[in-house]
Amino acid sequence: MLTLQFIPYYELQNLTQAQRISKFLRSVRDNKIVLVEGKLDPQEEALLIEKTMEEINKNFKGVEICSVDSMMDADLLKKIRIALAKFILGNRSGFTVIGPASIVREIRKDPNKIELLTTALGSRSRRRR
Amino acid sequence: MFLEMSMKKFIDFINRVFLQVFKGRKNIRIGLYGPVNAGKSSLANRICLDWIGEEMSEVSKIPHETREIKVKEKVTIEKNGKNLSFNLVDTPGIATKIDYEDFMKFGMNQKDAKKRAKEATKGVIEAIKWLENVDCVLVVLDATRNPYDQVNVTIIGNLAARDIPVLIVANKTDLRKSNIKRVQSAFPQYKVVGVSALKGKNIDSFYEELFELVK
Repeated sequence: MLTLQFIPYYELQNLTQAQRISKFLRSVRDNKIVLVEGKLDPQEEALLIEKTMEEINKNFKGVEICSVDSMMDADLLKKIRIALAKFILGNRSGFTVIGPASIVREIRKDPNKIELLTTALGSRSRRRR
Repeated sequence: MFLEMSMKKFIDFINRVFLQVFKGRKNIRIGLYGPVNAGKSSLANRICLDWIGEEMSEVSKIPHETREIKVKEKVTIEKNGKNLSFNLVDTPGIATKIDYEDFMKFGMNQKDAKKRAKEATKGVIEAIKWLENVDCVLVVLDATRNPYDQVNVTIIGNLAARDIPVLIVANKTDLRKSNIKRVQSAFPQYKVVGVSALKGKNIDSFYEELFELVK
C-alpha cells in the first residue's frame, strides 16, 4: 500500500527549519510519500539533503524530492501579487513532494508535468500539474 | 521562518563583502558543483591538464568517485594576454539518495560498496557546507540528462540565494543524446556553455566564459 501524507502550511508555519525537516523525514522513514503545501526554499532543500545523508543506513536509502513553484510561468504582475501574498500569508504557493527512495524510484519533472516512478507498486504513476 | 531566512542571507552577504575586500582576487575560489557523474572531475582535469600539465582528480564510471573536496591551488589561465589565477575546488556530486547496492552492480564487493556509500554521504554533506567557501561556481550538468532534476534546481537555487556568480557547463556534448538547448530553457537566467570535458570540445569558449564569470 502506498501512503500519501498531506502536510498543510499551518502545521509548519511555527516550526523552525530543522523541525520541519525532521517532520518530513519522520514521515518519509515511515515509507510515506509527503506532499507539502508550499515550495521549500533552496536552503531548506539543502538542509533536507544534509539531514538525509546523515540518516542513510542499510534500511534507509535516501529520498526523492521535487518542488514545484507556481510562480514559474507567471507574468510580472502575477509574480508581484504572489510575492505580496507570500509576504502576508507565508510561503504556501506551489508544493513539494518528498518520497522514500526505496519506494519512489525517480521523480521526473519538466515544465508541464511531474512523473512519479515507483518501485513498490511495480508500476508508474503520474501526476500532472 | 522569514526572519531566519533574512538573517541567513544577511550573514552570507556580509561574508561575501569581507571576502571581496580582504581576500583579493588572487585567491578566488572557483567551485565545481553538480549532480553525480556529470563530469565535474573530468572538467577539473581538463582545466588542470591544459594549464598546469597534470590532472587533479580520479574519474570513474562508478558514481561517487569524488567523495572528498579537492583543491588545486594557483591555477592560472591565460586568454588574449590576460591572466586569471584561482584555486579550483572539485566537490563530490550532490545526491538525495545513496544505495550501496548500486555500487555492487559495477562489480564492487559488499564491504567496499558499503564503505563507498558511507564516504559518499559524508562527501555530499561536505560539498553543501563548502558552498560558504566558494566565490564563483561552475555548475556542471550532464547535457544528456533531464536538466529539471531537483538536485540541479537546489544547487542553483542555493547559489542564487548566496549571490554567488554561476556559469552552467552543459557537459558531454560529444554524446548524441546531449541537448544544450534544453539546459538553456531550464535555466534561462544563466549563461550556459556546452563542452565535452573528456574530448576538449568547445573548451576555448568555456575559458572565455570563465573570464567573464570572474570579471
